[in-house]
Amino acid sequence: MKNEKKRTYLLMTLPILALFICFNTIPLIQGVIYSFTNSRGFGSYDYVGLRNYIDLFQDLRVGKSYLFTIKLAIGSTIVVNVISLILALALNSKIRAKSFFRAAYFLPNILGSLVVGYIFNYFFTYIMPAFFQMLGTDALSTSILSNTKTAWIGVLIVCAWQAIAMNTIIYISGLQTVPEEVYEAGDLDGATGWARFKNLTFPLIIPFFTINMVLSVKNFLMVFDQIMALTQGGPAQSTESISYLIYKNGMAGGQFGFQSANAVVFFIVIVTISVLQMRFSSKKEEQL
Amino acid sequence: MKAKENIKANWPVMVLLILGLSTIIFPLYMTIVIAFKNPSDMTTTISGILSLPKSWSLDNFRQAMEITDFWHSLGYSLLITSITIVLCILLHSMIGYVLGRTRAKSKFYNFIYLFIVSGMFVPFAILMMPLAKQTAVMHLGNWVGVILLYVVFYMPMNILLYSGYLVNIPTALEEAARVDGASTWKTYWSIIFPIMKPMHATVAVITALAVWNDVMTPLVIMAGSGTNTLPLAQLNFQTQFGTNYNLAFASYLLSLIPILIFYVICQKQILNGVVNGAVK
Repeated sequence: MKNEKKRTYLLMTLPILALFICFNTIPLIQGVIYSFTNSRGFGSYDYVGLRNYIDLFQDLRVGKSYLFTIKLAIGSTIVVNVISLILALALNSKIRAKSFFRAAYFLPNILGSLVVGYIFNYFFTYIMPAFFQMLGTDALSTSILSNTKTAWIGVLIVCAWQAIAMNTIIYISGLQTVPEEVYEAGDLDGATGWARFKNLTFPLIIPFFTINMVLSVKNFLMVFDQIMALTQGGPAQSTESISYLIYKNGMAGGQFGFQSANAVVFFIVIVTISVLQMRFSSKKEEQL
Repeated sequence: MKAKENIKANWPVMVLLILGLSTIIFPLYMTIVIAFKNPSDMTTTISGILSLPKSWSLDNFRQAMEITDFWHSLGYSLLITSITIVLCILLHSMIGYVLGRTRAKSKFYNFIYLFIVSGMFVPFAILMMPLAKQTAVMHLGNWVGVILLYVVFYMPMNILLYSGYLVNIPTALEEAARVDGASTWKTYWSIIFPIMKPMHATVAVITALAVWNDVMTPLVIMAGSGTNTLPLAQLNFQTQFGTNYNLAFASYLLSLIPILIFYVICQKQILNGVVNGAVK
């Protein structure tokens, strides 16, 4: 009897584990191996030791892509979480047609980000400049995507437009866990407005804040579709995200080995940031 | 109590919320009016672009369907998404069940659990180059390969969800079945699998949204196969639209319509699924 259970458990697990190893673990190991080679993606290649990693830290284009991606991730995370929190508070307050509003505000999240990117691309290129021309603001009469200083803001807006929907819905479910009595008790102490939010509401929804932080940072660090649709990394490589650079130069640009090293570093960065975030926020939760 | 709450509806907040909706409606409105217009109706002024079309013509849509091979792309998107969902529910719930039940007691299973779940941190960027080669060698550089990859990519998340859900299901049910002489395999499919229905819904929603909208996996894996998913078709035929934005927008709108219909019909399940998936 016991043996039957053990055998069945193994049969239920091992084939699926094998599938996982075949398409996740093995390619991961291969990626690491390629990172020590000068492979161009085809033909023969040699092992070059740590050459790629040394080059990586001296490569301006790679450095620029890290700066851009991190700038975008931090910027979007702040913008998205501030707006989502406000929006969630509004959607959780005493309003009519609550479920309609919630459903409507979630809509951007279900749309494919590539097509959303294309739609916004047109908006930034034609509608916005025309609008500012009409107002007579010359500074903004060209597309923000064509300027190296402002293109990242365009990417941020599109990322935020979709991410706010997701984060808001998570904050709302957090706010619903706050019992009404907490507010009633707060009312007695005269806690209203900002004080009420800061001292009562926010501490109680910190777990949801953590989820949103982890989710936002991870998603924005891996940004790809929006770049593809909006700027293709331009102008002058000012909006090249790490994923986009690895795809572009690794898959088609003959830098298979070099970009593999880049991907390994990227992997380490993501793991480090995720672990740090979880450590940090679980400490904060303990303090409360 | 209920009536009192209704009277106190917060109108200023509602007005702001209605105004805020414009940020969501505007891009969609823009897409719709441009998709229905003829290129000759477009001028460079805002009012020229955003005014309602003089005549609502379906010409752009017909042309866009031809260029992007719409029905084929839609078919592949539906095929890939539905098979992925079914496989994820069947396979991930099964392994999630075993791992959820055993990992507290068994080091071996706990290791497997941690091993797979930590796969969540592996970015696609590091896998894509080796995978492109590997799938080509294995003759999986097509929609079948894409499905297999999705089953692998969403495994960490789904195992987390399923084994987390199992904590709430008492083992008494399985033990009772075992006393009756049912095999472990049979017990799982006849008792546990149906009980996990709420989690199946969550997994289905999250997987559906992620797979339907994904660009990168089909782009890397199916690039040479001559078939497209809906998002991939938009990317591959982007150059063919040229400066005919009306055509391009008709195509964008076409690619958004299926998911919009799905959302209108199942918005409650989608919202629940998304929240469950993120919070648990």
